Amino acid sequence: MSEQQYEKYYVPDQSPWPFVGAVALFLMALGAGNFVIEMKKGTDGNGALMLLAGFVVLLVMLVGWFKNQIDESMSGMHSAQLGRSYRQGMSWFIFSEVMFFFAFFGALFYARVIAVPWLGGASNNAMTNEVLWPTFEAIWPLVETPGGTTTEAMPWTGLPLYNTIILLVSSVTAHIAHVALEKGERGKLKLFLGITILLGCTFLYLQVVEYIHAYQDMGLKLDSGIYGNTFFMLTGFHGLHVTLGTLMLIIMFGRVLKGHFSPDNQFAFQATSWYWHFVDVVWVCLFVFVYIL
Amino acid sequence: MSTVTNDIHHDEHHDHHDHKPSGIKRWLYTTNHKDIGTLYLWFAFIMFLIGGAMAMVIRAELFQPGLQIVDPNFFNQMTTVHGLIMVFGAVMPAFTGLANWMVPLMIGAPDMALPRMNNWSFWILPFAFLILLMSLFMEGGGPAFGWTFYAPLSTTYSNDTTALFVFSVHIMGASSIMGAINVIVTILNMRAPGMTFMKMPLFVWTWLITAFLLIAVMPVLAGAVTMVLTDKFFGTSFFDAAGGGDPVMFQHIFWFFGHPEVYIMILPAFGIVSQIVPTFSRKKLFGYSSMVYATASIALLSFIVWAHHMFTTGMPVGAELFFMFATMLISVPTGVKVFNWVATMWRGAISFEIPMMFSLAFIVLFTIGGLSGLMLAITPVDFQYHDTYFVVAHFHYVLVTGAVFSIMAATYYWLPKWTGKMFDITLAKWHFWCSLISVNLLFFPMHFVGLAGMPRRIPDYALQFADFNKWISLGGFAFGLSQLIFLALLIKACRKKGEPVSAQVWDGAEGLEWEVPSPAPYHTFETPPVVK
Repeated sequence: MSEQQYEKYYVPDQSPWPFVGAVALFLMALGAGNFVIEMKKGTDGNGALMLLAGFVVLLVMLVGWFKNQIDESMSGMHSAQLGRSYRQGMSWFIFSEVMFFFAFFGALFYARVIAVPWLGGASNNAMTNEVLWPTFEAIWPLVETPGGTTTEAMPWTGLPLYNTIILLVSSVTAHIAHVALEKGERGKLKLFLGITILLGCTFLYLQVVEYIHAYQDMGLKLDSGIYGNTFFMLTGFHGLHVTLGTLMLIIMFGRVLKGHFSPDNQFAFQATSWYWHFVDVVWVCLFVFVYIL
Repeated sequence: MSTVTNDIHHDEHHDHHDHKPSGIKRWLYTTNHKDIGTLYLWFAFIMFLIGGAMAMVIRAELFQPGLQIVDPNFFNQMTTVHGLIMVFGAVMPAFTGLANWMVPLMIGAPDMALPRMNNWSFWILPFAFLILLMSLFMEGGGPAFGWTFYAPLSTTYSNDTTALFVFSVHIMGASSIMGAINVIVTILNMRAPGMTFMKMPLFVWTWLITAFLLIAVMPVLAGAVTMVLTDKFFGTSFFDAAGGGDPVMFQHIFWFFGHPEVYIMILPAFGIVSQIVPTFSRKKLFGYSSMVYATASIALLSFIVWAHHMFTTGMPVGAELFFMFATMLISVPTGVKVFNWVATMWRGAISFEIPMMFSLAFIVLFTIGGLSGLMLAITPVDFQYHDTYFVVAHFHYVLVTGAVFSIMAATYYWLPKWTGKMFDITLAKWHFWCSLISVNLLFFPMHFVGLAGMPRRIPDYALQFADFNKWISLGGFAFGLSQLIFLALLIKACRKKGEPVSAQVWDGAEGLEWEVPSPAPYHTFETPPVVK
């Protein structure tokens, strides 16, 4: 180990990609802001176009940056120490994602444990209830808001349960694929990585079906009060993360087909696998706190 | 295995060891921690001047009672954007810039762990603030709900440009998180052999803990602005009781981010002062390990004190008591720090160079801010202090004479290392004394008008506050002008005027950063030094 410490750390030369990435985020933020404003006012404008342009630039940046990265990795410029930097960086990134979900889970818990019961008169808030909405009853899921919006609660059986099973199985298959990679069993690796991608896509498909069902048949919408808010924001952000995870898995599949990765050189694969397990854990929390309890 | 290729690379680099790319591309495409540090520091200083100009508008309006210079809505935009710029555009990027420059030098690393991402983190910031500043010139004006953007001010009662505020905060957050990941990975993974955790300089320790706080709370801020966005534009009711939400929930989420955030802005300052005081006392830092543990305790406690910002929101009494006592607990590790700085100076051979003068001012004036913080922590009396100028006085003592003074101390301390030349000491003395006198004239009387009941964030005030406010405004203008001396000094320093300095620069200075030549070569520690 101590000799590896002296192995030279690879400091890349100048690169245009970070600056291109900053321009992309600028276009996306400005575009999204204007798009939302135009949507509210009902006016025409170029917000959507700018947002789209931002996405395109971001995509170009990602392709260019990752191409550099993969070329460097394949030509053996990465030391063990650099590998540790990448792994630690990815772990901290996942921790930041956990904290992002924590904010929305926090909102859910606060609403359930404090805001809604207090509106119903709990603790020392009898007068709050009496003065504001005397007929309001605090129940969870909040199917009728104090303002009078009604909705239906999403049951945990059926699609959500199937989706839970699908994601849990996909976590296992992702792990089997990873073990196969470490043992050099490329056939098994491809098979199980492929299954994981299919499971991810199935999950996303069923999630879309569930959303359509909620909107069309149940009247459960993003603006149906705090229950609908937390339901769609949590499952929606989770769905975005599964989408990103699936894209990462597909890219890994492509790289596996090209013969990339070995037991010693597999950071991207490992990071994708960690990310996949992370979205799985978030789902389990969602299933418990949003659907069942 | 790969030693051969490494050797070749090494030689290549050695030939043009100090070769810098030239032109604008050097700065746009750079992966060099020193270049990126310089970019961060200049960006922070420019934002400091822009945010300061807004403070001048505020003080001009408050120079006399009555409404005379700006309309109230614009006044609100000034207080809001002044706060946002100073927090996210000046203090945080300045600390990140110092970390970029100094952490690799202090731990014997060749660069930051992830150099390209480092550049991405920086270049997001100018764009994010461009969006924020642009919104000031759009229909309806910029954000006017205070830097804390409390709901329903930011949801029901805000104008449409709130969307731009939200997305600019999103990308600022992305920048901070990436910057923090970079610092934390650099410190954990890039230390030179022999640089064990308990040998790390305190600036490195405090930044390690700060980076952890940043990664833990910036995503929560992203969540908060996202909820504001959906409440305002997409019909959710997180902060609307009619839909089952609660405006007070906004404050809980915001301050869960906000309280660790204030330690993000002061822990690196503690680190800086802990570097400077031993140097100019020519003694080792008193109580090194207790400093480390105190920093960690402050960071952990910062997660369980957030609701002391919300004592008047009608929380249950049990919660008020918990947050009061938890908050007071923080004064213990903070007291340890102040004690250790003073004990370091005790019987030291002290000399009063500029960085030391700023550090001494920091110790005294930050302690004043700490003590007024302790007063604010007492729930029953906070009901009187809440949202008055006393609060403004408190957080400006900890942020201006605390964080900003420490950044100035750090700049003077390391500037000769960066440029290779001693800065203009006469100008620096003028900068110090003008700043010290004017900053106290600016902020000290705010305690009195606050205790007498003058509310914050209001463009007008009762007649009895007129005399104090006149003096406060004069102090404010003087402090603003004093910073132009600093600007002149920095421009002179960047043009490499002045006496050349030795590698050690200050005769009591110890640490790896003083072992490389001054100015520090473009690439340092390509092979790690061995730390005994």
